[in-house]
Amino acid sequence: MSASAPSPARRWRLDDRTTAVVLMLPPALLLFTLFVILPLLDAGYYSLFKWNGYGAPSEFVGLDNYAQVLGHGIFWQSVRNSVIVLVVSIVVQMPLALLLALLVYRQTPTNAAFRLVFFLPYILAEIASGLIWSFVFDGNTGVAAGMFAALGMKPFFILADKDWAFFAITVVVVWKYFGFHMMIYIAALQGVPAEMIEAGKIEGAGRWQIVRHILIPQIKPALMVSGFFAVVGSLQLFDVVIPLTNGGPSNSTHTIVTYLYAFGLTRLKVGFGSAVGVILFLAAIVVAVAYQRTLNKEAAR
Amino acid sequence: MNMSAFFAGLGRAVVLMLVSAFVLGPMLVTILGGFKSAGELRTNPFGFPQNWQTEFFSSILSDATFWRFLGNSLFISLVSVVLTLIVAAAAAYVFAQIRFFGARWLQAYLLLGLVFPFATAILPLFIKVRDLGLLDSYWAVILPQTAFGLSLSILLFKTFFEQLPKELFEAAWVEGCGYVRFFWRFTLPLSTPILATVGTFVFVSSWNNFLLPLVVLNSRELYTWPLGMMQFRGEYVVEWNRTLAFITLTILPSVAFFLAAQKYIVAGLTGGAVKG
Repeated sequence: MSASAPSPARRWRLDDRTTAVVLMLPPALLLFTLFVILPLLDAGYYSLFKWNGYGAPSEFVGLDNYAQVLGHGIFWQSVRNSVIVLVVSIVVQMPLALLLALLVYRQTPTNAAFRLVFFLPYILAEIASGLIWSFVFDGNTGVAAGMFAALGMKPFFILADKDWAFFAITVVVVWKYFGFHMMIYIAALQGVPAEMIEAGKIEGAGRWQIVRHILIPQIKPALMVSGFFAVVGSLQLFDVVIPLTNGGPSNSTHTIVTYLYAFGLTRLKVGFGSAVGVILFLAAIVVAVAYQRTLNKEAAR
Repeated sequence: MNMSAFFAGLGRAVVLMLVSAFVLGPMLVTILGGFKSAGELRTNPFGFPQNWQTEFFSSILSDATFWRFLGNSLFISLVSVVLTLIVAAAAAYVFAQIRFFGARWLQAYLLLGLVFPFATAILPLFIKVRDLGLLDSYWAVILPQTAFGLSLSILLFKTFFEQLPKELFEAAWVEGCGYVRFFWRFTLPLSTPILATVGTFVFVSSWNNFLLPLVVLNSRELYTWPLGMMQFRGEYVVEWNRTLAFITLTILPSVAFFLAAQKYIVAGLTGGAVKG
């Protein structure tokens, strides 16, 4: 743009450009470096020390913290739980979201109302959602209690049951987030040209065939984005778990982040917690790279 | 054909009703539960209360700490919004408008935040905030959460700024209007839709944030409402109805805000997702 500028003013204009860059960019760079990048680099550094956070880290232990994390049964339990969340997101939540998106994506007042309802849980704070459901699941006074009483059964405390507590958490996750995925699909479905669907109908395609051969291929990018969010979301699940089980009973319902919180942060084991953070970071990078690759492959086709 | 259309319509209605019940059920029992006595909560968890008890609501509403929690959350969220809008829009404007050496690198650097979860660096972040002397202050929440929101905000702003008509800048430039002045006088006023979207997005995530305040706030006077709610739950662990009243009072503002700003919320979340 500056190339087309009238020449007399040019020198002054260049200075003006520099002023703008020097004035407008540093605040973002400073904040981002200080509170995002430096802590991230610190995590790598601290993870090599045994350190309780006071004084300077001095007890260098090499990769000991990593060995400790990877040798800890509860860590692997938390990884397993995060994988379960991911599987449920992909096998239950995304198909449910897609089904509902197909049912309500057309612009009518009733559809708009249903969209609003389905999206509502997403807007609530995770912590409030967790508390609401811990009441629902409560075997003493909650909704579960009422249901068991109505069926004439003894109350069952699902959140206190080692085998079922995490299943209960996945129900809450689906409840909380399917509306978000649905909205992504709806945005994409509304962008599918109406002529394509008309053409399909003229060729005698049924309802299901239109969905299968026209709509789903057309919204593939949206499906991939939502899959990416499902992975990232399952990696960082935290808030919902705290009010529901706080990682219990007997540490069976930790996710990676609640594990980091319980075993690194609350005990101020900075080195150990940082090692967990670094592992989480690496997992996120692997996901991002894999996602980018698939995107590139799709684009190359 | 008519038969099959009928059954398709029926199936559709049944699915929509079932999912609506699944979504709204827990919220309704929560709202109604706050009006029930402990005995009734046990015997009648689903239905309307026989006599509506309002004592929990009035005792919470007349409690100064409840308002304090909400006030803290509101203050932190508003400052975060203002700070994010200024800082992110300024940076995005530079990337959208000015070509200079290293611009691509700096932009890639600032977008790194899109990739990894906030929790990865939470422990070193705690140490950093402590060493800066910010621990247990509003800024301990505001600055890190603003920093973490920058990547997405910059991306959204930049995409929008690039779609603004180029001729406008060229005309202003010939008139002698500099880059910084153009930003204030033209770019920002023309960008209200995206400002609203990013602002709403930042506000909602700040309002609901739990992990960061949990880690960096100690004193009760500074608690945001999610922290206050968890503490309240701990205090009245046997009185579900009291807790349910508390939850109701805190989710109602969220729901009201959502209904008022849904356009921007949906645009921010899905638009950002699809473009990102």
